[in-house]
Amino acid sequence: MLKLSNISKSYRDFHLKNIELDIGSGEYFVLLGASGAGKSIILELIAGLILPDDGHIILDEKDITYEKIQKRQTGLVFQDHAVFPHLNVRENIAYPLKNQGIKKEKIRQTVEGLAEEMSITALLDRKPETLSGGEKQRVALARTLALNPKFLLLDEPFASLDVQLKSELRTLLRSINKKGIGIIHVTHDYEEAISLADRVAVLHQGEIVQSGSPDEVFKNPKNRFVANFVGVRNFFSATLLEPNHEEERTAKINESVSFKLLSGQQAGQGFVFLRSKNIILSEGPTATSACNMFQGRILEIIKDIKGYELVVDIGIPLRVVITQRSMERFDVQTGKEVWVSFKASALRFLKR
Amino acid sequence: MQKFQPLHLAFSLLGGLVLLFIIAPLLGLVLATPLADLLETTADKEVQDSIVLTLSVSFFATLFFAVAAIPFSYMLARNSFPFKKLVSGIIDIPIVIPHSAAGIAILGFVARDSALGNLASKIGLSFVGHPLGIGLAMAFVSIPFLINAARDGFEQVPVRLEKAAMNLGASPLRVFFTISLPLAWRSVITGLIMMFARGMSEFGAVIIVAYHPIITPVLIYERFGAFGLKYARPVAVVFILVCLLFFVLLRWLADSSKKE
Repeated sequence: MLKLSNISKSYRDFHLKNIELDIGSGEYFVLLGASGAGKSIILELIAGLILPDDGHIILDEKDITYEKIQKRQTGLVFQDHAVFPHLNVRENIAYPLKNQGIKKEKIRQTVEGLAEEMSITALLDRKPETLSGGEKQRVALARTLALNPKFLLLDEPFASLDVQLKSELRTLLRSINKKGIGIIHVTHDYEEAISLADRVAVLHQGEIVQSGSPDEVFKNPKNRFVANFVGVRNFFSATLLEPNHEEERTAKINESVSFKLLSGQQAGQGFVFLRSKNIILSEGPTATSACNMFQGRILEIIKDIKGYELVVDIGIPLRVVITQRSMERFDVQTGKEVWVSFKASALRFLKR
Repeated sequence: MQKFQPLHLAFSLLGGLVLLFIIAPLLGLVLATPLADLLETTADKEVQDSIVLTLSVSFFATLFFAVAAIPFSYMLARNSFPFKKLVSGIIDIPIVIPHSAAGIAILGFVARDSALGNLASKIGLSFVGHPLGIGLAMAFVSIPFLINAARDGFEQVPVRLEKAAMNLGASPLRVFFTISLPLAWRSVITGLIMMFARGMSEFGAVIIVAYHPIITPVLIYERFGAFGLKYARPVAVVFILVCLLFFVLLRWLADSSKKE
């Protein structure tokens, strides 16, 4: 169990304030934050490469705040892998095993076992300069696992990997985690987080603004930043009106646009947000149970990995996601008039 | 492309002049020395002893001081400490002061009646007029080359690699010997070669501390003073050839060890 208690650090441009983290043994924990928000600093603090200005780090009941780097039982895999260029792959993986009185034969076995796990057996006698980024990363992982750490600290492991490699890495990380090694994974990509994390924390301007299970955080982002981060594309300032005799409440966005939603909150200023995937596109007004229905003109069509994102002007720019097939079926073009609809339950209101 | 040709030509001409400036006197020297004289000089015992003395003292002085200088260079590369700029400046002093002045300073430091000289004589050692003194003088004027080259080499080693090594359980000492030094090796070797080369060609500082035993640069001077240019030339040529031979050999060794 790893606990960060009231950790503060001022480092160059970063100021971490009162960081509180509680990570269970064997947990897969993801720290989300914008690039350069200081997430790597937290990893370096845990590994002991830098010391905090304030606060404590406790590993399994032991205060390791000022413990030597070598004794922390955490393995850090840097974003640029830091594979030793003058040693071959075998020697790199064996590095943590040397100088410990382990027999040569045992070292060889361990190295080969790890190489097997990371699928890099064929690379054992190669020099790092001949390896690709993905291969170097596996060497770095194997090397760190040779240490038998309690926690693996990963700094943006998916950066610069293509889709295929990402998928392979995901499987690999899951299998490592299943063995009981805790993983603290730092990233700016919330999708990575959803697919791997047991728990997630979001770092913004040096503070943890929200933490919890991926579900909790993504379904109930606490503020605009978190919402943005977790991929909410429709986020608008709105005034929640006083409740009336209807079940639904009204959130007024501007003179021409109001949404109907379900909320127990008090009336007042705030934000309303809606996930693109909850919006249904149609060519004409349709009779559905969705009580929000608007006509609008397609302003922009943006291609992304999942299909297409349409910006539809209904008085405010609404972002809708549709598949390739739907694109063709509806003959979607900019300027076309369409109808969008979504249920009251798809909206969330955040009080300011 | 046409535009660049005249400039290229001009630079080549200037470069040629600089090269000529270096090669011409040396070439002239070699051509002015009859082969017979060269052979006779090579067979001359005094010359042989002198060359062996010069090379071996510089060699051992380099190794001896390297033990302290290399770790010091590492510290200069990695740590920040108060007065660091001052320290860097001090390291370069031996290069800028006149060598004879350096010799005088060293003599005062190791003479029999100094603290160090006194201590040494108690264990039967003497610096003045002794290879130890020669080594000291050689090292004094040449150590900046080692320190600066080694420091530059260490600065090029990414700190991240050292941190990774520590994270993997290596003590700072192990990190130094298994990561920092191997990766800075090329610069360190170059520094050692420069220190050796500079040391063995030192004249001014050495002649003050120890005229005898006579190192070759001093021998050349002695022969010139006593017998004239003609008599000094052969020794000069022989020693220059020996120096060049060693220099090329060591550079080749350094390059080939890098290629492995």
